[in-house]
Amino acid sequence: MGTPKQVDARNSFCPGPLMELIAAMKMAEVGDELEILSSDKGSANDIPEWINKVGHALLESYEEAGIYHIRVRKTK
Amino acid sequence: MKKIVIVGGGTGGTILANNLARRLAPELKASEVRITLLSASDKHMYQPGLLYVAFGRMSSQDLYQDQASLLAPSIVFHVDPVKTFDMDNNRVVTESGVSHDYDYLVICTGSRSNPESVPGLAEYANHVYTVEAAEQTFKSLQQFEGGRIVIVTGVPHKCPMVPLELTFMMHDYFRDRGILDKVEFYYTYPIGRLHSLENVGKWAQGEFDQMGINYETLFNVKEIDGQKRQVHSEEGSIVDYDLLISVPPHNGMPVILENALGAGGWIPTNPATLQMEGREKVFVLGDTTNIPISKAGSTAHYEAEALGENLAALIRQGSMVRIYDGKVFCFIEAGKDRATYASFDYKNPPQPQPPTQMIHWFKLAYNKLYWNSVRGLL
Repeated sequence: MGTPKQVDARNSFCPGPLMELIAAMKMAEVGDELEILSSDKGSANDIPEWINKVGHALLESYEEAGIYHIRVRKTK
Repeated sequence: MKKIVIVGGGTGGTILANNLARRLAPELKASEVRITLLSASDKHMYQPGLLYVAFGRMSSQDLYQDQASLLAPSIVFHVDPVKTFDMDNNRVVTESGVSHDYDYLVICTGSRSNPESVPGLAEYANHVYTVEAAEQTFKSLQQFEGGRIVIVTGVPHKCPMVPLELTFMMHDYFRDRGILDKVEFYYTYPIGRLHSLENVGKWAQGEFDQMGINYETLFNVKEIDGQKRQVHSEEGSIVDYDLLISVPPHNGMPVILENALGAGGWIPTNPATLQMEGREKVFVLGDTTNIPISKAGSTAHYEAEALGENLAALIRQGSMVRIYDGKVFCFIEAGKDRATYASFDYKNPPQPQPPTQMIHWFKLAYNKLYWNSVRGLL
């Protein structure tokens, strides 16, 4: 397994971290892992909510020094 | 002689070229600096005007001026788009085969709507991102006599206010036609609120609830079944429509992909210096960057101001003097005769105010003032 592709959405209000992740997922291949970085507290809830609703795999979600790290695998 | 080559004659490239022509006037006069702008067109389009074309409030002829007429005389301008970026040798080669060496290169080729990337979207949905599409949208609205209008938004897209503006303006358009009671609006949005900007989303929700506009969030358009008049979302929803209005997904320009400068046509760019990652002498502006920021003319404008100052400083003293702070200012049309705005940067979110007629008038004035803005007079 390679290093997940990182999507740096820190300091992004518009389009915002979830929109950045959706755009990156569209360009990814099934099976790819992505890690999104966000400085927005809401990301800890709304990104996992979208991942679960659309049916991708949420691998990890944690906060470190004010930055939210969420790792996801594209499943379809 | 120091050579600055700007690739792309949209908002960012034109403002930057004029900004540099003003800052570096003595060096240009002494032939110590040359600014070359390479564009794909001899016309310059005011892209935000397309929204008004879709409601019959501007004509497509109002959107264009000759690119050469917008540029300071000291700028060398060629309608000859770049085909090859040879960054290892600090040069670009145009479609006509001309090679341009540079000391500093700025890439601002923009983005394009790509409705073809979603099955059925190009065939069955209206949009406002080309003249032809905006004119067709106006015809569709004129012919619509009632039913369900569904608004779908692709990712990523240019000008993040457009989904809301289209909805508000359609609401007032059908109210004026006296058939608002026969129209149901169903607004969908890719993330878990009505707009990327949290405060704008909260404001829009209040407006929608008051206007009776229905909505569904976490809705990413997957395909359109034109026979059944249904939209399918990635999340599993199926929504019926009578008229489908879209904000299509966007991509960077083909030349960026063909030169392998960035996935999706977006070039990896430092958010503060606007330098292309790994290339000290190459800068990127506007939609072309991969910076997680609004793809909008306002973004390109503020970036161009910062970059103009930095390029002039690099020419004169060999170092940059300013960072781009993520400044963006977007008007938001909240109907046919009121508007608000969102002003924000990397650190500070917007605090949208209640819409007023005065801000709407200012937006209409800006539709004309734009031409002075790109000339560097505002």
